[in-house]
Amino acid sequence: MDLSFGSRYATFRESVRSFLALHGASAPAVPPDLRALPTLRWQQRLLEHGYAGRAIPTRYGGYGATPDILETRIIAEEFAEAQVFPGLSGQGIMMLVPTLIEFGTEAQREQFIAPTLRGDLIWCQGYSEPNAGSDLASLTTRAVLVGDEWVINGQKIWTSTAHLADWMFCLVRTELTSPKHLGISFLLLEMSTPGIEVRPLVTMTGDASFNEVFLTDVRIPATQIVGGRGEGWKIANALLSHERGMLGNPNVTLQRFNALVDLFRQETIDGRRLIDDPVWRERLLKLQGRMLALRCNDLRVLSGRLNDRSAPLAAMLVKLEGTELRHEVEGLAIDALGELGVLYRGSPLLRDQGLWQQHHMYFLGLIIGGGTSQIQKNIIAERGLGMPREPKLAAG
Amino acid sequence: MDFGLSDDQTLLQTSLSRVLNVAAPLARVRRFAEDETDKASDVWDALASLGLPGLVIAPARGGMGLGLLDAALAAECLGRHVAPIPFAATSVMVPLALQDAGTTAQCARWLPSLAEGACTAGLAVSEHTGAKEDAGVRYIDGRLCGRALFVLDFAADVFLVADESARLYLVERDAAGLEARSLVSIDRSRRLGELLFRAVPAVCLPGSENPLVLQRTLDRGRVLLAADTLGAAQHMLDAAVSYAGTRQQFGRVIGSFQAVKHLCAEMAAALEPCRALLWYAAHSLDLEATDAHITACHTKAHMAEVGKFVAKTATEVHGGVGFTDLLGLHYWFKRIGLNRQWLGSPERLRHEAARAQGYA
Ligand SMILES: Cc1cc2nc3c(=O)[nH]c(=O)nc-3n(C[C@H](O)[C@H](O)[C@H](O)COP(=O)(O)OP(=O)(O)OC[C@H]3O[C@@H](n4cnc5c(N)ncnc54)[C@H](O)[C@@H]3O)c2cc1C
Repeated sequence: MDLSFGSRYATFRESVRSFLALHGASAPAVPPDLRALPTLRWQQRLLEHGYAGRAIPTRYGGYGATPDILETRIIAEEFAEAQVFPGLSGQGIMMLVPTLIEFGTEAQREQFIAPTLRGDLIWCQGYSEPNAGSDLASLTTRAVLVGDEWVINGQKIWTSTAHLADWMFCLVRTELTSPKHLGISFLLLEMSTPGIEVRPLVTMTGDASFNEVFLTDVRIPATQIVGGRGEGWKIANALLSHERGMLGNPNVTLQRFNALVDLFRQETIDGRRLIDDPVWRERLLKLQGRMLALRCNDLRVLSGRLNDRSAPLAAMLVKLEGTELRHEVEGLAIDALGELGVLYRGSPLLRDQGLWQQHHMYFLGLIIGGGTSQIQKNIIAERGLGMPREPKLAAG
Repeated sequence: MDFGLSDDQTLLQTSLSRVLNVAAPLARVRRFAEDETDKASDVWDALASLGLPGLVIAPARGGMGLGLLDAALAAECLGRHVAPIPFAATSVMVPLALQDAGTTAQCARWLPSLAEGACTAGLAVSEHTGAKEDAGVRYIDGRLCGRALFVLDFAADVFLVADESARLYLVERDAAGLEARSLVSIDRSRRLGELLFRAVPAVCLPGSENPLVLQRTLDRGRVLLAADTLGAAQHMLDAAVSYAGTRQQFGRVIGSFQAVKHLCAEMAAALEPCRALLWYAAHSLDLEATDAHITACHTKAHMAEVGKFVAKTATEVHGGVGFTDLLGLHYWFKRIGLNRQWLGSPERLRHEAARAQGYA
């Protein structure tokens, strides 16, 4: 262990604080409008100061810093403390960029990474299909190479932000004679390509945040494949670990926890502040303890990646534990607010624009999305603990 | 910058485990549990030969001068083996309190023999983590009066005792007016007891005028008990996974049933983050970081919750045999049970963490 919080870090923390003091007021409110100018300007400012794209090489539009877990933690803590929007974190930035860095061609990196980091390119992830959810590898959307073009037919579903996206990275079946996991390729489609139809689906939050995407004779250049033919499953799995880390990110939960503490200090029941009620305080502190454990776990995983000391089990549990925790943090605000907690958008007396309810529901979605909690437990048991695999019922 | 264990620390755990496998198998723990006069000096000597008693004591006093993180890693090994020896008080909390707050003469008198393992020290501070019954110790005219419950490392030659004002005193076991009375807990792998003081002459550690000395001592103990629980819970999880891989029902190993797999996954998902939490908490105390107290409270509280869950669930995975004395899994269950209550229950510790953050 070497977490010498030496003077270098004190200076670094000061610099983050003064950045926030100077610029924090120009940050967009959460959740931000992804296309709005203030959001993009804020993202640009974060990139310039190394608070976004921090470890991405400068030639791809990043800040080019050597990864340092304490700096990462300090940035997360200070943004959380100030409750300032810490920058864009969609599927493009969190998943596609690391994938291109690992598996993309130089041309793909140059074309996509910088505009993605700036927020100019919004991506969506086209994996799930009506009949391929948890059993993703059974997907049937097909791409056939005709001349120097892929011709794609099929349907995707639950595609978050497809209605806003410029591009989609997706998994399609290209090798019809290969076994199911080896027949899949990873393609990049521009959403304006003829033959793509996006139909929004309204979710329980009342928003249309995900979609059905119909693909009919969609033609794209043969070069828009990442990795080789049939390598899609391998690539998707490599980046699922990024997605799962992102979905349960305890540093984002810290922001919400701090907001929850503020709420507890402001709201009263029978004239008494929530924070002064031992029952509510106990529930608050219980969540804080779990969050602290996950934040330490996060440091260990990050540090393991940087120092070649992998901790596979520690990484595998992040999605499961992190999304459940976040759902409970949002839920505690609702419980503590009593009847005020059930008010929703448009109502008088509404607290925090209804965000507690919205996130509480949305994080139930994320307990399901990105591999359900049950699937996470299968993975932890089988790969993490080496327990026997499910007996296969049907050949697949 | 590195969040992880050093090679030396990994080696420390390997060597301790190797010795404990030989010196303290379950059969040995059972003998200790059944015989109140057994001091497990064979186990103690085997560990003393590795330097365990002097792990954190300054080299100038005959110790190894290592940190609390190293001590926590050792405690984890002891918990994993339900080792029937004293550790938290005698090897860490008392020596470090002496180093923090004792006079040179007090340090010279006790530290070398504690480091060598020639004597052991207990700690009587439970009244500061929730006084039960009429317990409480007062210092009047050079003498201690009152009662101290739930003493750590009870079978000791000398005790460090906290009075009502959080000052710390040294009292030898054979001091006039001191009565030591055993208590019987579910956890038979460690001795537990109370001390009755009838005007017992005692000397103060002068530095303990500062109440932070007691707080830091308690925080160290909390991290060590959390580490002990981590080790014990890890053993229970490992035992459950291994049992589920061999026991057959309905023509297949029970570990291939998803219900059983998910129980194990839930245990692992809850337990694994505790490892990082514990390293962080111990390291924060070593660095005297500003959040060290809050972290120590949270670590013990959270570890207690996870430990309780694992202890129950791992027993369930074993079916009927898990409930028997024959298998002996209950030694770990009970160890986790005592650790949970000692030096502050989870609810109390969370209240303390709340206070330290200005929430209460
Ligand atoms: C908010 C949200 C956003 C999403 N965003 C995207 C996106 O951007 N792109 C994308 O491609 N997909 C996205 N998804 C889809 C998501 O990945 C799938 O919903 C998820 O993988 C589950 O698949 P399914 O919905 O078909 O459920 P099913 O697979 O039908 O699962 C139904 C139930 O059966 C259980 N189950 C299934 N198989 C097993 C098993 N082997 N063992 C135990 N239990 C099992 C599941 O745990 C679940 O409880 C999103 C989903 C949500 C909710």
